[in-house]
Amino acid sequence: MRIREHPILRFKERSKIAFTFDGRTLYGEAGDTIAGALHANGVKELSRSLHLHRPRGFYCAIGNCASCHMTVDGEANVRTCITPLKAGMVVKTQQGKGRVDGY
Amino acid sequence: MGTEEAVVIGAGPAGLFAAYELLLAGADVTLIDRAAQAGGQLVKQTHKFFGSKEHYASIRGIDIRHRLEHALEKNGDGRLRTLYSTTVAGFYADGALACVKAERYYRLHPEVVVVATGASERTVAFAGNDLPGVYAAGAVQTLMNEQGIRPGNRALMVGSGNIGLIVAYQLMQAGIQVERVVEAADEIGGYQVHASKLRRLGVPIETKTTIKRAFGTNQVEGAEIWRLDAKGEGIAGSEERLTVDTVCLAVGLSPLVELLSQLSVDTRFIPEFGGVAPVLDETYMTSRPGVFACGDVANVEEASTAMVEGRLAGIHAAGYLNRQIPRRKEKIQALETSLRTLRSGPASEHVRKGLRKVGEHA
Ligand SMILES: Cc1cc2nc3c(=O)[nH]c(=O)nc-3n(C[C@H](O)[C@H](O)[C@H](O)COP(=O)(O)OP(=O)(O)OC[C@H]3O[C@@H](n4cnc5c(N)ncnc54)[C@H](O)[C@@H]3O)c2cc1C
Ligand code: FES
Repeated sequence: MRIREHPILRFKERSKIAFTFDGRTLYGEAGDTIAGALHANGVKELSRSLHLHRPRGFYCAIGNCASCHMTVDGEANVRTCITPLKAGMVVKTQQGKGRVDGY
Repeated sequence: MGTEEAVVIGAGPAGLFAAYELLLAGADVTLIDRAAQAGGQLVKQTHKFFGSKEHYASIRGIDIRHRLEHALEKNGDGRLRTLYSTTVAGFYADGALACVKAERYYRLHPEVVVVATGASERTVAFAGNDLPGVYAAGAVQTLMNEQGIRPGNRALMVGSGNIGLIVAYQLMQAGIQVERVVEAADEIGGYQVHASKLRRLGVPIETKTTIKRAFGTNQVEGAEIWRLDAKGEGIAGSEERLTVDTVCLAVGLSPLVELLSQLSVDTRFIPEFGGVAPVLDETYMTSRPGVFACGDVANVEEASTAMVEGRLAGIHAAGYLNRQIPRRKEKIQALETSLRTLRSGPASEHVRKGLRKVGEHA
């Protein structure tokens, strides 16, 4: 899912960063956002909606809409589309509003 | 006296230029953006801009941003403070701003504020529009052009305004097959040049057609489009199924007025600007003295006009601070003339109409 060839832009391979997503170890690249790294791994479902528990992905990618909220390192409602990925982050699919204790 | 002299919220083309003029006038400026870098929408614009030379035509958006940042540094003279990765979350009645950066909360109390927060992308109603894989067109641009990540393999673009056409072309450049561009209106909304580029790549653009639904279990696996009759209702039996994993919505923008609404400044619903916009006087000041607005947050338009509005708002904000600007009057006149020129074309009719409505209330 990464673009390596492009007529205008250059995307060099950057250093790998390991993180966990729902218990699985995945790898992103330095400079990724959390949502971007998940996308590059084929993960589009980031949370479940409040009432009907429908799958949610990102929508605006610039921090406007709250569609990409996930639980990161125990903190709920992190806007993963604008939060940079860091090594060792523990990222979880968020259920509804999320909880203060990190689930 | 506030704790800061001038705060500019949003470092897109409007905010960057407002900061530039404030700095030129000798003010201390704090420039805030929730993104990790300056540029706003420019960061993802890989196409050459339309407009005239003095407004950066035929330069790519991504390069305009570098030029602007450079100009700021040169004129900053140590008086520019940038706070990136910082979200302004609150604007209080006493004029204080609540800013959040990496779990830390900051309170600023500026003398003047220029709000240049841009716009947010709208959505449309159809079954399955909440599935992962349905994205705003600008979001797909961010993912592809800023992060180098593909949203999927096959896409449907909904909307044929300039944003829809440009992003469809950029999807193809990134190796994503655009199956179709659909447009509910009778005619293609964007410029012919962009439509022709897509047609040359073999991407069909269908007017009087829209999306009926997106389907898939946990993410988009396909979409159904259908034709619209003269009343704009879907024609039963005209449905066509497309195998796509990405649906991009380029159906317009709305001014991002949340911060201004917290202050309860006067706003007005202006359909031509895509939603509720602040009422401004001729100095770009809102109904709250010392609070200015410019760019897409004031009226959804283009980077070229956002830059000129930003300069004007910056000059007027400096005036509010009693900062002297050499040849101020001539400068303002020249900028206002250039705005009028930019807005003189037939494509700007809706902008002129919207501005008249704002003016009626100012
Ligand atoms: C696909 C596409 C193609 C385009 N092509 C052209 C073109 O060819 N020519 C042209 O002239 N225009 C073009 N435009 C339009 C142009 O990009 C916009 O009109 C312009 O960027 C608006 O500038 P702005 O500074 O008002 O807002 P923006 O560029 O949106 O900047 C607003 C900034 O404010 C920040 N912000 C918002 N809220 C907060 C907050 N609460 N706290 C902190 N920061 C905040 C945002 O992060 C952002 O950086 C195009 C737009 C798109 C989407
Ligand atoms: S996708 Fe809209 S806030 Fe992250």
